[in-house]
Amino acid sequence: MVLEQQEKSGGIQRQIAGLDALELTAGKKKNPLVRVWSALWPIMTAVLISLAAWELVVLSGWREPWVLPGPREVVPVFFEVVATGTFWDAVALTMQRALVGFALAVLIGGTIGALVSQSWVLRRAFGSLITGLQTMPSIAWFPLAILLFKLSESAILFVVVLGAAPSIANGLIAGVDYTPPILLRVGQTMGLTGFARYRHLIIPASLPSFVAGLKQGWAFAWRSLMAGELLVIIGKQSIGTLLHFSREVSDTAEMIAVMVIILIIGILVDQLFGVVDRAIRSRWGLQRVGD
Amino acid sequence: MSKAVKAPASRTASAVRLSGVSKAFGSGASALLALDDVSLDVRPGEFVCLLGASGCGKSTLLNLVADLDKASAGTIDKGDARVALMFQEPALFPWLTVSGNLELALRQRGVPRAERKARASELLASVHLSGFEKKRPHQLSGGMRQRVALARALALTESQGDERPTLLLMDEPFGALDAMTRDLLHDELERIWRERELSVLFVTHNVREAVRLGDRVVLLSSRPGRVIQEFPVEFPRPRRIDSPDVATLAATITDRLKEEVSRHGS
Repeated sequence: MVLEQQEKSGGIQRQIAGLDALELTAGKKKNPLVRVWSALWPIMTAVLISLAAWELVVLSGWREPWVLPGPREVVPVFFEVVATGTFWDAVALTMQRALVGFALAVLIGGTIGALVSQSWVLRRAFGSLITGLQTMPSIAWFPLAILLFKLSESAILFVVVLGAAPSIANGLIAGVDYTPPILLRVGQTMGLTGFARYRHLIIPASLPSFVAGLKQGWAFAWRSLMAGELLVIIGKQSIGTLLHFSREVSDTAEMIAVMVIILIIGILVDQLFGVVDRAIRSRWGLQRVGD
Repeated sequence: MSKAVKAPASRTASAVRLSGVSKAFGSGASALLALDDVSLDVRPGEFVCLLGASGCGKSTLLNLVADLDKASAGTIDKGDARVALMFQEPALFPWLTVSGNLELALRQRGVPRAERKARASELLASVHLSGFEKKRPHQLSGGMRQRVALARALALTESQGDERPTLLLMDEPFGALDAMTRDLLHDELERIWRERELSVLFVTHNVREAVRLGDRVVLLSSRPGRVIQEFPVEFPRPRRIDSPDVATLAATITDRLKEEVSRHGS
C-alpha cells in the first residue's frame, strides 16, 4: 500500500517534470557580434539613405552650394569642429545644463506625480492641467522666463524644467493608475499596507511607465534647452551659441555640423533610456516579438 | 472585543463559519443582492467545493472571507485561522523572481530575512519546482506559474510554530489550464492539502472538478446566491476525475444545477 502510494507519487512527479519540460521553450542566446550587427545595420542604412537624399537635393541645384552645402563638404567640417577644444567646452556646458535641468525636473515632476496620483481630488483638479502643460511649446515660456530671471542661466533652467516635469509627472501618474488591479488585490491579501505597499507593489509596478515618462521628459528637456540656448545667449560657449554664431557668419557647413551633433546627442541619450526600458521589459517578459 | 465573546469550542469545530451572510452591491431600489443568507461551515482539514452557475456570488463569497470586502449582513467567524487566497490568474509580481515572490509573502508573514530564501526553496520543492528559484514568472508555463501561486499562498499560511489552523481560499484556480495540467494539479493539491492539514474552500464551475476534489460540494443558486443543496462526496481518495463514481455524482449535481439555471429562463 505504502509502496503503491510512493510509486504513484513518483509517477506524478515524473509526469509533472515531463509536462514542465515540454512547456518550457528554451531561450536561445544570440551571439554578441550578431546582436551588435542587428542593432547597427538599421542605423547605418538610415544614415546612408539620409546622406544620399541630402546629396540629391544639393545636386538638383535647388539652392546655391554656399547656402546649402552637401554632405561631402559638411562631413570634413564636422570632424574639424569635433577636434577643437572649444567644441568640447561647449558640449560640457550644454550637457551640464541638460543634466541639472533634467534632474530638477525628475525631482519636481516625481514629487508632483506622486502627490497627484495619491489623491482622487488632486487628480481630477490637476490631471488635465498637467497634460495641458505637456503640450505647451516650451518656447512660449521664454518671454516670461526672461522677464522673471533676465538673460541668465536660471531662465534656461526654468524652461527646461517646465518642459520636462509634466511628462515625468504624467508617466508616474499613469504607472500608479494602471497598476493591475489583480496585483493590488494580491497585495491586499498579503497584508501589504502603507509604505510597504508602495515599496513592494506600486513603485515597481509603475516603473515601466515612469521610465517612459523620463524618456519623453528628456526629449522635451533637450528641445527646451536648445531653444533656450538660441534665445538666451550669455557669454559662455554652448552648443546653442555655436549654432547661433555659425549662422551669424553664414558658415552653413559648420551650422549643419552642429545640428548633426545635436541630433547625435539626442539619439545617444534616447538610446540610453531605451536600454533601461528594454532591460525592464525583458525582466518582466514584456518584450515584443523580434526584440 | 468580539474575541472575548467567542467560545473556544466553536473555534475548534470549524475553520470558518459563515452565518446568515448577505452581500448587496449598490443601495436603494437599484441594489443588487449578490449573496442572500448564506450559512456555511468548513471544518478544520475539510475540503469544501463551492459550485454554482454564473452570478452565484462565488467570488464575492471568497472576497468576504478573505476580508477584501465587507458583508452587508451576517457574520464570518474565522477564529484565528490564517487565510490565503488564490485566483484564477497566478498574479505573480513580474518584477520579482519566483523565489522573490515567495520571499515577499514570507516577509509579510514575519519570517526573518535570513530564513526566507531557504523557506522559499522548501515551498518550491513542495510544488515540484526546485531549481526554478531564479526564474522570472514569464519564463514559466501557465501550470508552473499557478504552482508558484499555490506556493505563495502556502507561504502566507506558513505556521510559525503555533497551532493556528490554515484556510486556503481558491477562486477557480485551475480554470485557465489545459485538462492534462489540471488533472496533475488536482493530485498535487490533494497531496499538499493532506500533508499540511489545510482547510480548503474551493470555488469552481466545473462539476467534475468539485466532485474530484471535495469532501463536500455546496451548490449555490444564482442571483442572489443561496445555498440550495449540499452533496457529501464519500468515495475514497485518491480519486480520478474520469472514474464512474465521480461521473455519476457529477451527473446528479449537474441535473440539479440545470434545474436551478432554467428557473432564470422563464
